[in-house]
Amino acid sequence: MTILGYPDAAPLAGLGGGVLIGLAAAIMLLGMGRIAGVSGIAARAVGLGGSGIARGGAWAFIIGLPLGAAIVTLISDSPVPEFAGSGTLIVAGLLVGIGTRLGSGCTSGHGVCGVSRLSPRSIVATLTFIAAGIATVAAMNALGMEVLP
Amino acid sequence: MIARTLTPLVSGTLFGAGLALGGMTDPARVRGFLDLFGDWDPTLAFVMGGAVLVMVIAWRIAPRMAEPLFERSFAIPDRRDLTPSLLGGSALFGIGWGIAGLCPGPGVAALAIYPPAAIVFVAAMLTGMVLVRLFEGRGK
Repeated sequence: MTILGYPDAAPLAGLGGGVLIGLAAAIMLLGMGRIAGVSGIAARAVGLGGSGIARGGAWAFIIGLPLGAAIVTLISDSPVPEFAGSGTLIVAGLLVGIGTRLGSGCTSGHGVCGVSRLSPRSIVATLTFIAAGIATVAAMNALGMEVLP
Repeated sequence: MIARTLTPLVSGTLFGAGLALGGMTDPARVRGFLDLFGDWDPTLAFVMGGAVLVMVIAWRIAPRMAEPLFERSFAIPDRRDLTPSLLGGSALFGIGWGIAGLCPGPGVAALAIYPPAAIVFVAAMLTGMVLVRLFEGRGK
C-alpha cells in the first residue's frame, strides 16, 4: 500500500512496526511497572541512571533491541541501509546522549510512553525534539550538507 | 526472578523488531520524516501512531492492577513541571536526531544491522550521557 503523493512511504509496515513497539512498551509497563524509554534504560544499564528498572533487566532489554532487529532483518532479507560517516555519527551521538539525559527521555520514553498518557512534559519534549529535528534537516539541506551516501 | 529478566528481554526484542519493521533503523527514512519542507516521508508518523494506540490501551489497564505482573510496584515518572532542562535537552536531542537520523532505540538496534556505524553512534551517545553525569555531579 502506498499513500498518494508519497510513493516512498511504507504506512502498513510503519503501522505494524509501531504496534510491535507499543506491545513492547505495554509488556514493560504491565509486566515490570516501568517505562520503556530506551535512553533511560541504556543509561541505567551502564550505571548512569538513578532509578527505574534493575540493572540486569536493563541489560536484557538493551540486548533485545538488536536481537529483534536482527530477526526482522533476516526474515525480510532487506538491504543494509546507509549510515552517516563516523565524524557525523560522533557529533550526533554526543548531542543525542547529552540531550536525552537533560531532557529526561527520547522518542520512546517521551514520544510513545509519555504522549500516550498525555504527560504534559512528554508532549512538550516530543514537540520540541521533532521541531528541532525538522529545523536541523531543513538547515542542512539549505546548506547543501549531505550526511547519507 | 527469571521473569524479571525474561520480560525486559521479550520487550526489548519486540521493540527492536518493531523498529526494524517500521523502517526506523534506516536513517534515510527517519530523516525523510524530518524533511517536512522537502521530500517528506510520513512513515514515522504511522510507527508512532501505532505504538501510541497500543499504549493508550495499556495505560487504561495499568490503574486496574494493584501491582505489575512481575514487580512489586509501579515506578512511573510523575513530574509535571516544564523546565529549561527539559526544553533545552529535547532541542539538543532533536538536533542530533536530525543530523544522523538516529535516536537511542534505533541506534542500539542497528548494532545488529550495521555494527561499524552503530558502535560509533552508541559510544558517542554514552559519552554524552557520562558528560551530563559529570557536569551534574560537579554542580551538586
